[in-house]
Amino acid sequence: MSTKEPFTIEQFYKFLKQQKLMAGKCLKCGKIHLPPRPLCDNCFSQEFEWVSVSGRGKLLTYTIISVAPQQFQPLTPYAVGIVQLENGLKIPGMIQGVTQEQLKIDMELTLDFGSCSSTQAWPQWTRYCFKPLTL
Amino acid sequence: MSQSARCDCSLITDGASCMILTKPESASKYTDMSVHIIGSGQASDTIGLYERKSLTSLNATRLAAKTAYEMANAKPQNIDLAEVHDCFTFAELMAYEDLDFCPIGEGGKLVESGETRLGGRIPVNTSGGLKAKGHPVGATGTAQAYEIYLQLTGQAGKRQVKDAQVGLTHNVGGSGATAAVHIYRSDQ
Repeated sequence: MSTKEPFTIEQFYKFLKQQKLMAGKCLKCGKIHLPPRPLCDNCFSQEFEWVSVSGRGKLLTYTIISVAPQQFQPLTPYAVGIVQLENGLKIPGMIQGVTQEQLKIDMELTLDFGSCSSTQAWPQWTRYCFKPLTL
Repeated sequence: MSQSARCDCSLITDGASCMILTKPESASKYTDMSVHIIGSGQASDTIGLYERKSLTSLNATRLAAKTAYEMANAKPQNIDLAEVHDCFTFAELMAYEDLDFCPIGEGGKLVESGETRLGGRIPVNTSGGLKAKGHPVGATGTAQAYEIYLQLTGQAGKRQVKDAQVGLTHNVGGSGATAAVHIYRSDQ
């Protein structure tokens, strides 16, 4: 995978727009950063490569947002959780396609890129979200 | 599973507090009722919860407590009373565990045992804590120190902890991205 693109949040979202969940792997110690950061918090290296990450995982915890930032107000109430992906990495995200009653800790979720297709320029892109694998 | 409801959350509050810090040898110039800070620890963690190893323990609290206990040459069982950062109900249970008042996972049992009540082994949040007293964020930390001061100088009235000699305060910021733990000893 190319190491040319900068290891920034902007590039992370550009990949998402291409339907790719990409993380920065430290070339020195191997720690994978999702989302990427310019400095490894384990060994302080600044050398990374992009690696593709599976978007499937399990719900670790969640909360229901009723008082939201302006751009998300039309969506309230909505769920935001932390998902542990198959490779062990954890990532926060909105959870859609599920009622509050259906939300369960440990339920299987998968990253959904559909909501990332906004044509708005950075940083107003709609973020990725998680949806249930099965219900 | 259980969720935090309205009464599990500290209130948005206005408030102010202050403390006067000075050298031990100068304290008598200002008051004849001072207390000593004998341990001080501060630690930080990632602000992103998703990057933390645990969602049910604050590593910043554990590290700050370790530093403070070592500096004070004290153990958790030496603490007579504590003011802990109960911004939410679960945060108080986590504080018990992270301050080593009880083993990990047994914070709930500690409350149910009554040991954290007035008259118990280690009364916690005799001030009412953040939930009952209010949580004026910037003022909360020194307000905790003020309660310990009142207790260690025997001025706490109806909520006085009998024979209180050593107190502890635990203050958290940024959802656990930072924590400060202090240990105080009475002048008596």
